[in-house]
Amino acid sequence: MKQITDFTIVSRKQLGDHYFALTLRHPDQLPPIAAGQFVEVEVQGNRDVMLRRPISIHDVDPTANTLTLLIQIVGKGTRQLAQLQEGDRLNLIYPLGHGFAVEGQHPLLVGGGAGIAPLLHLAKCYHAKGIRPTILLGGRTKDLIPVREAFEPYGELLIATEDGSLGEKGMVTQHPQFSAAYDHICTCGPTPMMKAVGRYAVERGIGCEVSLENMMACGIGACLCCVTDTDEGHKCVCKEGPVFDALRLKKWMGLE
Amino acid sequence: MAKLETKIHNITLKNPVMTASGTFGYGEEFADFIDLSRLGGIIVKGTTGERRQGNPYPRMAETPMGMLNAVGLQNVGVATFCKEVYPRIKDIKTNILVNVSGSSIEEYCSVAEQIDELENIPGIELNISCPNVKKGGMGFGTKPDMAAQVVEAVRKVYHKTLIVKLTPNVTSVVEIAKAVEGAGADSVSLINTLLGMAIDVERQRPYLSTITGGLSGPCVKPVAVRMVWQVAHAVQIPVVGLGGIASAADALEFLMAGAKAIQVGTANFMDPTVTVKIVEGLEDYCQRHKIEDINDIIGII
Repeated sequence: MKQITDFTIVSRKQLGDHYFALTLRHPDQLPPIAAGQFVEVEVQGNRDVMLRRPISIHDVDPTANTLTLLIQIVGKGTRQLAQLQEGDRLNLIYPLGHGFAVEGQHPLLVGGGAGIAPLLHLAKCYHAKGIRPTILLGGRTKDLIPVREAFEPYGELLIATEDGSLGEKGMVTQHPQFSAAYDHICTCGPTPMMKAVGRYAVERGIGCEVSLENMMACGIGACLCCVTDTDEGHKCVCKEGPVFDALRLKKWMGLE
Repeated sequence: MAKLETKIHNITLKNPVMTASGTFGYGEEFADFIDLSRLGGIIVKGTTGERRQGNPYPRMAETPMGMLNAVGLQNVGVATFCKEVYPRIKDIKTNILVNVSGSSIEEYCSVAEQIDELENIPGIELNISCPNVKKGGMGFGTKPDMAAQVVEAVRKVYHKTLIVKLTPNVTSVVEIAKAVEGAGADSVSLINTLLGMAIDVERQRPYLSTITGGLSGPCVKPVAVRMVWQVAHAVQIPVVGLGGIASAADALEFLMAGAKAIQVGTANFMDPTVTVKIVEGLEDYCQRHKIEDINDIIGII
């Protein structure tokens, strides 16, 4: 069940110039949260920011009643959120959207930029099922791949940077271990990356889930602002997504 | 406790707080957050003759104290509404009204006729004011003779409460309101969104795929209050006020300006519980001001 409620910020970590992570605690037990689900965060203190901001859930600790948001500073909303300090209150609507199915025995998780955020909770969900995913993270440069160490206990971690500052030089799809050896692929990141990964998987008959990020107003399927073009027409990313089976997005990926 | 009950033609509302079409889905989307039976009414998503995909993404842009949208009447179509949606929502203990949209008089009439059959829908809101569709929509709502023509035609086939939703994108909203009153409308609701536009200067292109869109949110409220006040003084039928309402104080402005009921729209996106807070705020206001019946303050300005 979705809820609107206040959390307290128990930790704020700056991760380079572009990212920060907020860990939020609730006094009550958290509801079940699927990997890939997101929150709508209220932004206070900037009168030009009226709407909430959708942020994916990076990590969940059900025993401590905490969840962590990994936020990239991209606009006036996230710049305002970056001002938050430990002890501040943050109002959330959550958990929202349709998450990852956690399928496959040999999964590959491909993330780029802020799109790596939901993959930590996802890697942990696989880990909890006794499955060790391969996690391939990419970015223009190593500074744009924050929190990579957090992934290490939960899978085999691979890195690709366009400038070669860490891991393999090039795009994630050019990484030597980006191959058809996996039986399921989950991806979240920049649109061109997700389209390339999705096409690769669909053309080879590999199950694939793609987590989209569109601008949203309500986050609960009421305003119909955040639609994506699926093969069955416009669907709300906030409600039917953000995670879609790639087979529903063939047109979006340029396959038909 | 004060009496909050109010009436729009034959529809009795337990309180004046309704939800604006296109901002509250079919009501179900909000059931996790509020008890829907606390509301005076719910006006569900604009419904057309056939299923519509609406406009391409991007359809939304945040603007100072407001937002632009260009959804373009995406909806499942009247047949699917009647067969699949209606059974799910018909027993919600509030007034469920359907916003009826179209591109031609025939389409408006056909949708209205099919909704007329639904027992638990006591009225419709005829949308002659959508700014985001190429054909019809606002085209019908900006000329008094066209507006009257649509309302007359729908009046012939629709037998329950007929509310007509007016656009603010006209020189004289009073003229349109009088025309639809003359054509048989039981009530008017106003305002629909204001036609607006925003440009992303870094990318040197409009934010919306349609270039222009409908502006809503707190920034439009003073325009809406003014129009409600003008119309309420010019027509005999009840007026439903909307435009930027986000608190009980906002709602009270519209009531005092002459609205018999109000609708909450964009504010539902920021706070899905805002409608119930407004109901509670009205109760609290009446208590503080020793008002026994909310109708005593309607139209006092």
